[in-house]
Amino acid sequence: MIRRAFRFVDERVGAAPFVKRMLRYVFPDHWSFMLGEIALYSFVVLVATGIFLAFYYEPSSARTVYNGSYEPLQGLLVGKNYASTVNLSLDVPGGLLIRQTHHWAANIFIVAIVLHVFRIVLTGAFRKPREINYWIGVTMAGLAIFEGFAGYSLPDDLLSGMGLAIAYAVGMSTPVVGDDFSFLAWGGEYPGSSDFWPRLFTIHVLIVPIILAGLIAVHLGIIMRQHHTQFRGGRATEGNVVGTPMWPGYALRSIGLLFAVAAVLVLLGGLIQVNPIWEWGPYEPDLSTNGAQPDWYLGWLIGGLRLMPPLEPTVGDYTVVPNPFWGGLLFPTIVFLTLYAWPFIDRWWLGDKRRHELLDRPRDNPRRTAFTVAFFTWVFTVFAAGATDRVYLLGDIPYVGQVWVFRFLTIVLPLFAYYLTKSICQELRERELRPLREFSGETEVVRERPGDPVGRA
Amino acid sequence: MRRRAALGLAAVFAVVAAAALALAGAPAGSQEPGGGAPSAERGRVLFQDSCSSCHGLDARGVRGRGPSLRGVGEQSADFYLRTGRMPLDQPDDQPMRTKPQFSDDDIRSLVAYVGSFGGPVIPEVHPERGSLSTGLREFTENCAGCHQVVGEGGITGQGVAPDLAPVSPVDVAEAVHIGPYVMPRFSKELDQHEIDSIARYVQYTKHPQDEGGWGLGHVGPIPEGMVAWLLAGAVLLLVIRLIGERASG
Amino acid sequence: MRRLAVWLILAWAWLFGRRGPEEEKREPGREGPAERVEFDVGATRRLENVVIFVLLLTAAAGVGFAVLYVAYPDTQLLGATLGGALAALALAAVVAGKRLVPQETAIEEREGFGDPDEREQVGELLTEAGEGVSRRGLLLGAAGTAGAGLGVALAFPLASLGPNVDDEVRRTPWRAGRRVVDSKGEPITADRIEPGMFLTGFPEGASRQELGASIVIVQVPLDELELPPERMAGAPEGIVAYSKICTHAACAVSMYRHPKYEPTAPRAALVCPCHYSTFDVAKGAEVIFGPAARPLPQLPLRVGARRELICAGGYSGQIGPSYPGVRKQ
Repeated sequence: MIRRAFRFVDERVGAAPFVKRMLRYVFPDHWSFMLGEIALYSFVVLVATGIFLAFYYEPSSARTVYNGSYEPLQGLLVGKNYASTVNLSLDVPGGLLIRQTHHWAANIFIVAIVLHVFRIVLTGAFRKPREINYWIGVTMAGLAIFEGFAGYSLPDDLLSGMGLAIAYAVGMSTPVVGDDFSFLAWGGEYPGSSDFWPRLFTIHVLIVPIILAGLIAVHLGIIMRQHHTQFRGGRATEGNVVGTPMWPGYALRSIGLLFAVAAVLVLLGGLIQVNPIWEWGPYEPDLSTNGAQPDWYLGWLIGGLRLMPPLEPTVGDYTVVPNPFWGGLLFPTIVFLTLYAWPFIDRWWLGDKRRHELLDRPRDNPRRTAFTVAFFTWVFTVFAAGATDRVYLLGDIPYVGQVWVFRFLTIVLPLFAYYLTKSICQELRERELRPLREFSGETEVVRERPGDPVGRA
Repeated sequence: MRRRAALGLAAVFAVVAAAALALAGAPAGSQEPGGGAPSAERGRVLFQDSCSSCHGLDARGVRGRGPSLRGVGEQSADFYLRTGRMPLDQPDDQPMRTKPQFSDDDIRSLVAYVGSFGGPVIPEVHPERGSLSTGLREFTENCAGCHQVVGEGGITGQGVAPDLAPVSPVDVAEAVHIGPYVMPRFSKELDQHEIDSIARYVQYTKHPQDEGGWGLGHVGPIPEGMVAWLLAGAVLLLVIRLIGERASG
Repeated sequence: MRRLAVWLILAWAWLFGRRGPEEEKREPGREGPAERVEFDVGATRRLENVVIFVLLLTAAAGVGFAVLYVAYPDTQLLGATLGGALAALALAAVVAGKRLVPQETAIEEREGFGDPDEREQVGELLTEAGEGVSRRGLLLGAAGTAGAGLGVALAFPLASLGPNVDDEVRRTPWRAGRRVVDSKGEPITADRIEPGMFLTGFPEGASRQELGASIVIVQVPLDELELPPERMAGAPEGIVAYSKICTHAACAVSMYRHPKYEPTAPRAALVCPCHYSTFDVAKGAEVIFGPAARPLPQLPLRVGARRELICAGGYSGQIGPSYPGVRKQ
């Protein structure tokens, strides 16, 4: 039957040569090349589970009296957005499984993206001719973070409602235009007009997924066009790709990964609880809880907001930079601008403008690797500063003291990380290139066969 | 006949001896001279030994060390002693829940002594009469900011608001009235039904309805992120290491 | 899954097909089917049996899921069965891909990009459009002016898209004479509050969802209260009300730490649980720790005839987070 269908298409558009090329497309074999696929397959799970969720969620903040099965909420006045999500979680068979799978998929989507970006940066895969694809990737990373935030804010529970308030404040804090921007997004002063919820819903369910799907298609298309990079060794050269053809080996392994990712996400969704909104209760602007945190991929921002001293420069009665700007907007902007500029930084700093199809191992480029580790250390230190209140609670280390220590560490640790990483890389390379450099005994040149390495102690 | 009577007497003796031994195995604390039933007088003696260095011999307080206990009532004494918050090692420490240093009887004595200076008695609380939804609402409005919405505890910048797992309904009622250490007091704000409801809700938070599986400590995104990275991330890295290279040999 | 993959490939082929002959003529580099370098056939009956068994496990788990869904939809059991089914399918695919099908290593040549001649031709094709046009510069200048003018015109409707921020923030639901009520709608009286307590108040008859609605009410002994002289009258008997919305990032300031024994504990303060901005209630809620840069605005109160708390005017500043015009009078 497949043969007949294929013949139908081929006699009309001449697809056979193309399909033949696709079937024989060669993928270089390395496990780290599959990190992007984990992200891709998480996205597939997100779309599939998201469609189910969208049939139940009500994008409205109009108040209704809760009358579902959860006793502590009985009789409380809550938003329809909240009530519909609690109802899906507790009173629809399989609803909680789908909802939790969706939330875990969002988390793992971004975990995979971060690991994938690491791999790209540490191996130099962003270099010519792949800068465009790299920028598409960074854009998708930013969109994924925004999309996750929008998604977990839709139920309007106590935790995510606090997060939306902070997002509003960070928006307001943008110099010059911040207030107009936040008012535009929310339709007025927080908590905004009743239009806010259908709009957030449309953005999360339609607009960003379409953009992401389009960017993913272009991302994959460019990879196909340029062929994947590969590590040095064996028969690999700058002019070829050595590996496994798409059919049957790679396709089956990739499909296996799709199901493995789906399996992990569904198992998490059924066995490990995530975002139990019925336990948090509904959000009101006059309520808050201790220990509120954004999902991990925004944790770096809460660290930034908590570490900043109360700096709010004014000129007369005009507030030039409201305080949340530094930690909430400037910090992530610097990080993303650095990521976007990375190919240029790399070219200028390392003085290398050639086209590369072969990858570096992290140790092969100590300065790039050290800079990457230092940059990540900076972001991670700020991220860790966001959890210091729980450390105080569990470890009895006073909060105020921790804040000061972290302010110091965000400057010192990256420098330390840079020098440490650079020396490790250099040491590893030295070991390979000159294995006898520390030897101080007698040497004798012995060559047993042509081509053997020279030297034996 | 005589042998049976002798056996019967022996049995009676055995029973009496066992009972005497059982009664004699009473908890320590009633061993000192003057020991016996808890009383305010016994409490005064204990107070001189263990509390007066900070609270003064007359319970009027010592400047820089401990406040006056005149008028705090049985309520405060019972709360601080029964939860082990007092005696406190250093006056500057935050009083934290720990194993009580005194036996139940001694605590009763001390409570009677402190209560003899007047003040609120140990409050009544009936969690079974409370409503869970009133409890959730009142707890979220008044308590969640410090203690976290399901009682997992929090901090106030300086000072810890402990997690509520070890807390009993009486503890809730007492703490809400006293406002221990830096906790605010809610004495005039909450009526009996609301306190009953909060106590019932606090009981509930010890085992919330974790419909979704493993509850991860009920604090949300921090442990969730750890699962995403250290569990799922590790598993998926393992998976792609297994899948990533074609079968060799 | 295989069929789906085939249909997807066919769809792609239909969209992008017909690329054969021209491609092969291109220089530099070659393209064509990959050259087979190694080809190991490793399938055995045992491996086939393993794959078949695992696939049957998938089916069984799938049926289990369906049965549970209808009979006993416990989330953990549903997750375990569906996840198990997917894991088994993954295992089958991977075993098939790594052991059952022939293992091949192939080499494919990369094509070069960036042919200067082709770019040259593109450039010439584009500029052909200008043949015969004499005043190209003038035309381009006119086009640029048109774009600028239209762009400026389009920007104007954007400016009126949102409401005026200063007016909106200043407009709170508090009016002089409005009674203060709690979240259940009951009026709050001065007798209901004493030092060490804190209550949340709302304007009677207004919506709880407005940012400017909620206030925190505490009582500070008059000899400890240090407000600016013109604001002391708004704190009758030491009962002082501040906006509950943090001036840092709009969270509700829901923590109140009040020491019962002063010399060893920190000052009475309102603390926000989001980023721990700390506001000293005796000193007009000035910031003593944390990232907030403005004190909480005070709402002046008076005590009515029946001891109820009544709003006595507007806030002493803008409530909520900072924005460019927040400090304007």
